[in-house]
Amino acid sequence: MTDHLLDVQSLSVEFHTAGGTVKAVQDVSWYLDRGEVLAILGESGSGKSVSAAAVMDLIDMPPGRISSGRILFEGRDLLQLSQAGRRAVNGRKIAMIFQDPLSHLNPVYTAGWQIEETLVIHGTRRREARAQTLDLLQRVGIPDPAASAAKYPHQFSGGQRQRLMIAMALALRPDILIADEPTTALDVTVQAQILSLLQDLQRETGMGMLLITHDLGVVAEIAARVVVMNSGRIVEHGSALDIYRNPSHPYTRDLIAAAPGKGDLPSNTDRRADALLDVQGLSKSFGQFEAVRNVTFDVMAGECVAIVGESGSGKSTLAKAILRLDEPSAGKAFYKGRDLFSLSDKELFNIRRQIQMVFQDPTQSLNPRMSIYELISEAWVIHKEILPRAQWHERVQQLLEQVGLSADHAQRYPHQFSGGQRQRIAIARALALEPELIVCDEAVSALDVQVQAQVIALLSDLRKKLDLAYIFIAHDLPVVRDFADRVIVMQGGSIVEQGSVRDIFENPQQSYTQNLLAASLDPDPEIQAARRAARSL
Amino acid sequence: MSLTLFAESPSIRTFLGKRAIASAISLVGLVILVFFLSRLTGDPTALYLPVDASQESREQFREIHGLNDPLPVQFARYMGDLLRLDFGMSIRRAEPALDSVLRGFKWTLQLALITMSLVTVMAIVVGSLAAFRVGGVFDRIATFCSLIAASAPDFWIAIVAIVVFSVNLGWVPTSGTGTVWHWILPVSVLFIRPFGLILQVVRGSMITALSSAYVKTARAKGVLDRPIIFVHALRNALLPVITVIGDQAAGLLNGAVIVETIFGFPGVGKVMIDAILQRDFAVVLAAVMVTAFAIFLMNLLIDILYAVLDPRIRY
Repeated sequence: MTDHLLDVQSLSVEFHTAGGTVKAVQDVSWYLDRGEVLAILGESGSGKSVSAAAVMDLIDMPPGRISSGRILFEGRDLLQLSQAGRRAVNGRKIAMIFQDPLSHLNPVYTAGWQIEETLVIHGTRRREARAQTLDLLQRVGIPDPAASAAKYPHQFSGGQRQRLMIAMALALRPDILIADEPTTALDVTVQAQILSLLQDLQRETGMGMLLITHDLGVVAEIAARVVVMNSGRIVEHGSALDIYRNPSHPYTRDLIAAAPGKGDLPSNTDRRADALLDVQGLSKSFGQFEAVRNVTFDVMAGECVAIVGESGSGKSTLAKAILRLDEPSAGKAFYKGRDLFSLSDKELFNIRRQIQMVFQDPTQSLNPRMSIYELISEAWVIHKEILPRAQWHERVQQLLEQVGLSADHAQRYPHQFSGGQRQRIAIARALALEPELIVCDEAVSALDVQVQAQVIALLSDLRKKLDLAYIFIAHDLPVVRDFADRVIVMQGGSIVEQGSVRDIFENPQQSYTQNLLAASLDPDPEIQAARRAARSL
Repeated sequence: MSLTLFAESPSIRTFLGKRAIASAISLVGLVILVFFLSRLTGDPTALYLPVDASQESREQFREIHGLNDPLPVQFARYMGDLLRLDFGMSIRRAEPALDSVLRGFKWTLQLALITMSLVTVMAIVVGSLAAFRVGGVFDRIATFCSLIAASAPDFWIAIVAIVVFSVNLGWVPTSGTGTVWHWILPVSVLFIRPFGLILQVVRGSMITALSSAYVKTARAKGVLDRPIIFVHALRNALLPVITVIGDQAAGLLNGAVIVETIFGFPGVGKVMIDAILQRDFAVVLAAVMVTAFAIFLMNLLIDILYAVLDPRIRY
């Protein structure tokens, strides 16, 4: 018999829904020992979080049902314990942190109260808990613990909130920490800080850590062993390095191949002479707050200009101001020589069709009550001059095929498609207006790696065929490296640096850019190990 | 926590000031409307003096109560008195109108407080437990009962209740006040509809709160079910609930006219309906203003409660 700290054996979980039974995970087995980091790697819908939810008794039953398997913790089967027994283990022996700490912290209680609660419900006295909470806040790097304890979650930044979650989870020095996509919603530099905090704490306490992620870079940075999941099953299991170097399963091979940021950098080419868009001194304020400050750049016809920066750097505000979705406060933006900001509403209407936008979340940007045909052809309802009604049907089918969907998808509705397909629909909708410039605001950020690679390939292909120019807003540097011609780096509303992809990635001048690049994770465990070693010197 | 709310925010005074001004404006509008509309019901003289009263005594009555002057003059005089907080005299009772109204309002306030406290506690407990196991036996019974309660006509229930419990069974008095027993029927009848309504709001709001991410965190921390419901989820779920509670309480403060009349309960609703029937204009106006002021205070209380419950709300 094995004596692993946590041993999940042949676990199968199914969900009974109106649409039938969904087998979320089937026959999944993995183990975790003290002092090690195991990663479960998988894309959305792979079932990577389900077995961890089963460990924590977080699966709602019904509709969920654990149809087989055992979860042995210190030799006891957790599934045989009473609910009270499970809750006694949770938080004290096994703790968990989640993606999106804002929604996972209770908005109406103070940070201090929520950390104290972990201690108090497992038997610490309130007064002692209060003192320990301050120590914990200090340990996870929250400034001014006493004042911070009295603050509410919405008063912290994203990274600090994740630190609060970590303090809460580690309050009782559990044997195991389960981290479900702990850094996914965070900026790269913050991600690097949180990962190194987790590593430090893990070394300090000797706990076992289970990391659930979709990100090969995170695996490379932190995990020793990896379990790769696809469609509810484990397809591969081994050391992080082995799996990266010699993936045996075709799914793993595809996943690694799809990881962005590995191709050769394009050499610097001459830019075309004619600027399609020429932005000069653009500023945008909200009351006292200057979200975008005196930004100047240009985009040539057929060029892809990426705007990168961390959240709050003003990159999306900039895009909205150019399109006048939010009126800019100052500056000019010449599109083919005409200043967008001084156009009348009617002139703007005519020119707007040439500049289209693709948003981050196609679930929200596509009206769920309109069929795909209606969504795409609406463009021609508004801009009647583009296409006579008789040709709408044919053109919708053409557009769908152009973005890699099939013509008969036209009668369906957005919810019947996957995230990647929906983003293709959003692109087809943008193309319907025959634009020359498309603004992609984090258009591939929410997609799985493989889907992301496909959508990027589609965008590149369209660019060549239709001579499109892109403004590509992103926080993910490897994607930018693969796709863009030029890069603009923004911080706090201003441009800190701009140049060709090659210049920015190989020879960044500003320390902010250098930090940003250094914080971005490479999927190769050896490269990450080397970087870690370099950092600790 | 609730104290720092005021200390930290100087804008709370601006907020209160703005609210007071807005309410004062609508109060003036209300007074104008009620003043002139009530005059449309006719001349009180015909009601108060015997049919064979002489023309002189009629004139004298009008003179005493200032009914001879043109309406705009009457109105100006009334507003002038109002600024000195003089609400005029009740014709019927020959006492300050405000006294009659406040006497009734005291009863109504008690009735509303008792009823709404019971409603709030019961609806929150039952609604929360129903939301915890959606589709369970308890949930189904609670939902079924709340639907019936929310759609029950209270005047009909009041009459049936009197027939059954007072007349046939003789358990409780039919009407009036005096003992604890007198309160049972009015409170029970007024309880039913707000209970059904608020129960549904609590249930819906709690279902959302219980499926939220922070409840998942609480489970992962090892918090037991009862504190998850009543500590973690409830406080988040209360915001829409207190809005509806306020709305329902306002209905009761306005005087549950029908129920008060059926039970002969001397509340402000009964005072108001009697005053209307007796063309006792000063009392009608005083009653309208007192209840409007009470509702203004209650809405303010709800706004403050919002900020106390949810630290993200600041004025």
